[in-house]
Amino acid sequence: MSASIRRRNTLPGFGLSMGLTLTWLSLIVLIPLAGLFVKTLELSPDQFWGIVSSRRTLSALKISFGLAFLAALVNLVMGTIVVWALVRYRFPGRKIFDAIVDVPFALPTAVAGVALTALFAEKGWLGAPLSALGIKVAFTPVGIFVAMIFIGIPFVVRTVQPVLQDLDPEIEEAAASLGASRWHTMSKVILPGLTPALLTGLALAFARAVGEYGSVIFIAGNLPNVSEIAPLLIVIRLSEFRYADATAIAVVMLVVSFAIIFLVNRLQRWAQMRAGG
Amino acid sequence: MTIEVRNLTKQFGSFVALDDVDLTIGDGELLALLGPSGSGKTTLLRIIAGLEWPDAGEVTIDGESALSRGAGERHVGFVFQHYALFRHMSVFENVAFGLRVQPRRIRKSEAAIRARVKELLDLVQLDWLADRYPNQLSGGQRQRIALARALAIEPRILLLDEPFGALDAKVRKELRHWLRSLHKEIRVTSIFVTHDQEEALEVANRVVVMDKGRIEQTGTPTEVYDHPANAFVHGFIGESIELPVEVTDGQVRLGDSPLAIAADGLVSGPSKLFVRRHDMQVGPSGSGVLQGAVIRVRTFGPVQRAEVALTGGNKAIEIDAPRDQELRPGDIVGLKPRHYRIFAA
Repeated sequence: MSASIRRRNTLPGFGLSMGLTLTWLSLIVLIPLAGLFVKTLELSPDQFWGIVSSRRTLSALKISFGLAFLAALVNLVMGTIVVWALVRYRFPGRKIFDAIVDVPFALPTAVAGVALTALFAEKGWLGAPLSALGIKVAFTPVGIFVAMIFIGIPFVVRTVQPVLQDLDPEIEEAAASLGASRWHTMSKVILPGLTPALLTGLALAFARAVGEYGSVIFIAGNLPNVSEIAPLLIVIRLSEFRYADATAIAVVMLVVSFAIIFLVNRLQRWAQMRAGG
Repeated sequence: MTIEVRNLTKQFGSFVALDDVDLTIGDGELLALLGPSGSGKTTLLRIIAGLEWPDAGEVTIDGESALSRGAGERHVGFVFQHYALFRHMSVFENVAFGLRVQPRRIRKSEAAIRARVKELLDLVQLDWLADRYPNQLSGGQRQRIALARALAIEPRILLLDEPFGALDAKVRKELRHWLRSLHKEIRVTSIFVTHDQEEALEVANRVVVMDKGRIEQTGTPTEVYDHPANAFVHGFIGESIELPVEVTDGQVRLGDSPLAIAADGLVSGPSKLFVRRHDMQVGPSGSGVLQGAVIRVRTFGPVQRAEVALTGGNKAIEIDAPRDQELRPGDIVGLKPRHYRIFAA
């Protein structure tokens, strides 16, 4: 009897894999993050609050989070359309377009920043006609927005693509034979099925845009309070040897990002349950 | 609703799915499209439903051309083999879907929709599952919900594509009976596709046997079983003993030995002799038409199944004999077909 009390598992190695997981996560993620918090503790609460609530910090955070969210939304919509075309239709060059989606993943962000800046600068291919219309992109918040869209798009496409591929075409046929219009089929059948993946894509694109540094600083112009992103402000503080200041901003970014990602995760879990995953 | 199918042809690349098919389906029929995979039965069903379009030919429903209308405008209920339920909707919402997506001017009120869904869930005897989600249901329950969903729009025709194909044997049997009685109750013209001959014979009023994009025979279950039109139908429906024979000048030969069976009206040439297993009478050695040695006897149900190696050939056949007949491995027996058919091969 006593021998059989120890529960047997058909997947052995739980202890080992759990141990490795914890060790690895601690080394790579938790310890560096803890260091961040420890460093911040050098500041008194008043000092901390003073840094965090300063106009320049708040502006930077607002620009980073606000534009990242807007960019993620744009990527959500456009990315979904791209996925739709790539999955549903066979057209010449489809494979090439599919590969192009990954470019923002692979390209060094600085290269992307330089390229975008050259393109949108006042004399650039796109910058010239746009400035003729009175729209300035490079060296303004709009430039930040453009860069964030650029680096975020693959996250939406690559998360949603496999899910759409797996979506049973019979479901659409069922909807059509029940008399649903294309619009109803889309809004009531297909999109709800994609919702968990869409939310994941949104979260990833958002997270990436919040953390983006390389491509943004080239195109942003980096005017304090206008087009200065939070990661850049952190770098500036570091270069001024104000390490605690830098970590204070970083802690705020960390907490806010974590809260948002956590929220999206919950949403996604809920949608997944609804989608019968 | 009468459905007329005229000269329907459909190719997928170089594969001919339907080859000049003609078929008339009468009002209130419960018709089975029976055939092996690749016979075109599902393609035919999908064309009638408006989920596929033919290369040539015409489909009319009650005299009206169906091909000029999309799937949603044909008022056809379609049931898929793998249910195709909407996973993010409750059972109730799945059934209500067809009512909720109707154009506003003809859409029922919320109360009327609820009443109708309730009625349909009662009809499929699953009203207690209204709030569940599809992934919480068994396969049989899912298929009944799919059927209720298809019936919600009050279809003129009900089409079922291998409706029980994904279910286990026992549930399948139950659902067959249930489908029959349901059809009796609602009397809507129904067509179902199956590769399972037992299912077709048991459920349908009329069976259409298809092979390679053509209709091989149409008839009641009794007709296609008792009077198969050709070798394919005989081989496909019911278990048969199949022997390659040669017909020459009114004589049937198996290998070198002539068989003492009538060959009136048969065309000379290589042919196939078909005998149902239970139509092969087992007698003492020397009697009958064929001779053989019993290799193995298995007993189950009302019959015993004997494997007999035919003398003068290296072929073994399986026959069904009554249980009370003495048969042992090693016995030399004479075989005489009570009924048989010979088709040109």
